[in-house]
Amino acid sequence: MIEIRALTKYFGSSLVLDRVDLDVARHEVVCLIGASGSGKSTLLRCINRLIEPDWGEIRIDGRTVTDPGWGRTGLQQRVGIVFQSYNLFPHMRVIDNITLAPRKVLRQSRAQAEEQALETLALFGMERFARAYPEQLSGGQQQRVALARALAGQPEVLLLDEVTAALDPELVGEVMEAIRSLKARGLTMVIVTHEMGFARDLADRVCFLDGGRIVEEAAPAQLFNAPEHPRTRQFLERLLEGGRL
Amino acid sequence: MIPDQPTTPPPPPRRRGFDWRRAFLPGLISAASILAVFGTLTWLITQNENWPRIQRQFFSVDHMLAALPRVAQGFLTNLQVWLIAMACIALWALVLAVVRSLRGPWFAPFRLMVMLYVDIFRGLPALLLVILFGFGIPALRIAGLPSSGLFWGGVAMVLSYSAYVCEIYRSGIDAVHEGQRSAARALGLNEGQVMLYAILPQALRNAVPSLMNIVVALQKDVALLSVIGVRDAVREAQIYTASTFNYSSLVVAALLFLLATIPMARLADWITHRDRKRRLQMAEET
Ligand SMILES: Nc1ncnc2c1ncn2[C@@H]1O[C@H](COP(=O)(O)OP(=O)(O)OP(=O)(O)O)[C@@H](O)[C@H]1O
Ligand SMILES: [Mg+2]
Repeated sequence: MIEIRALTKYFGSSLVLDRVDLDVARHEVVCLIGASGSGKSTLLRCINRLIEPDWGEIRIDGRTVTDPGWGRTGLQQRVGIVFQSYNLFPHMRVIDNITLAPRKVLRQSRAQAEEQALETLALFGMERFARAYPEQLSGGQQQRVALARALAGQPEVLLLDEVTAALDPELVGEVMEAIRSLKARGLTMVIVTHEMGFARDLADRVCFLDGGRIVEEAAPAQLFNAPEHPRTRQFLERLLEGGRL
Repeated sequence: MIPDQPTTPPPPPRRRGFDWRRAFLPGLISAASILAVFGTLTWLITQNENWPRIQRQFFSVDHMLAALPRVAQGFLTNLQVWLIAMACIALWALVLAVVRSLRGPWFAPFRLMVMLYVDIFRGLPALLLVILFGFGIPALRIAGLPSSGLFWGGVAMVLSYSAYVCEIYRSGIDAVHEGQRSAARALGLNEGQVMLYAILPQALRNAVPSLMNIVVALQKDVALLSVIGVRDAVREAQIYTASTFNYSSLVVAALLFLLATIPMARLADWITHRDRKRRLQMAEET
């Protein structure tokens, strides 16, 4: 479903992504792990063109993301993204956050968009908060709203960038539960995470990034139990010492 | 010596009855000292041998009452110009700020134009612009252009103030977190929709405290139009002074200005204060 070839990105003169190849099959969940600054977020943001790469190619369903055939918003409809800091619009109610894109981009009627939004919220047990403002919600609740917002255009691919990293530990579970339910519904997901337990549990495949390269990719059991690359081993050992594995 | 741990919690402290001294003494002291200081000042001023003359020149009740109707009439002009100018400035500056914030190389000439505009109009005294436009343009006698000094003076005010307000809007736009733009773009909104639905509402909210101060300043600066002959409150007061050699009419105008600006300034302070509290709260949460 997603094919990435030789993806390369410089910020100024520093090489942030170095000839990355990655394939993600339909319904597959791929986790990206790696040290801070290894280029995980950049890779994710290239997929939906929040960042334009310098070299290489990204295809979704065989069509490059820069193809004008996508139309102005076709790509954004197929690919949703959720950020670490939720980035909900603080001046809009939950329901308006979610229905903004369906109404303004897909030109749905308000009634239709709201009905769908409520369904998505109900999926995460959040329908009670439709009329609330983001600041009235806990971090975990805000992140579930952000998930609902990303799902409003009914994308087939969901990109998640450390969606639990800003949450208090006791709130992480509810967001993970929401993501798990999305996997069950067959969404294709690329997930950047520091929660190794989550990656082990949910991923079909884990990719370890180091210095802008994918140095190792394998099934989670394989990668966590018997890492082959020395850099992967070093990274996992350091996590183990920090008690985060 | 550390006392033993009591077996039961100690009783609550005994409530004292209403303490008159605590409740009223500080207030009494403030009132008394204010009275003493201001009383002394008043006494010193009124004992001055020049006081009767000062009083006649500036605070003559008869002259004040006589001047009030015209000065008040002029002040209505101030308020009208102020309201219209405010609306024009708010809109025009918004256009400038949005153009200034457009990204992409194609917009470079427009961004440059706004930059020049802001530099020029912020760098020039509003008074100079008022005279230049208010006298200069009607003197051209170009057919089809309005010839009223009031109109062109107002235009000068709008041009000058828009430069400031454009910068206020722009810092409001810049203060919106970059993540908001990413989120909006990722939802498929186009550049204009990102601005309209995601950025501007937050930017305007950021800008409100500074805008309130501009509103107060503008209300006073409308008086600049009096130099090109617009019969505002200051002009009317001056005319009265010219025929009577008494300055009480200007004091009337001053009182009218204060009557309008002080409540607005208080409102501005209150909004700023509320806004600061809101920000602190938000900073705590993140
Ligand atoms: N907009 C930008 N401009 C310049 N440099 C950037 C920009 N975004 C990221 N970088 C740099 O690119 C490198 C990779 O950043 P990226 O955010 O992709 O890392 P990451 O793996 O997501 O790290 P983290 O785990 O901390 O989120 C970093 O060194 C970062 O400083
Ligand atoms: Mg990141």
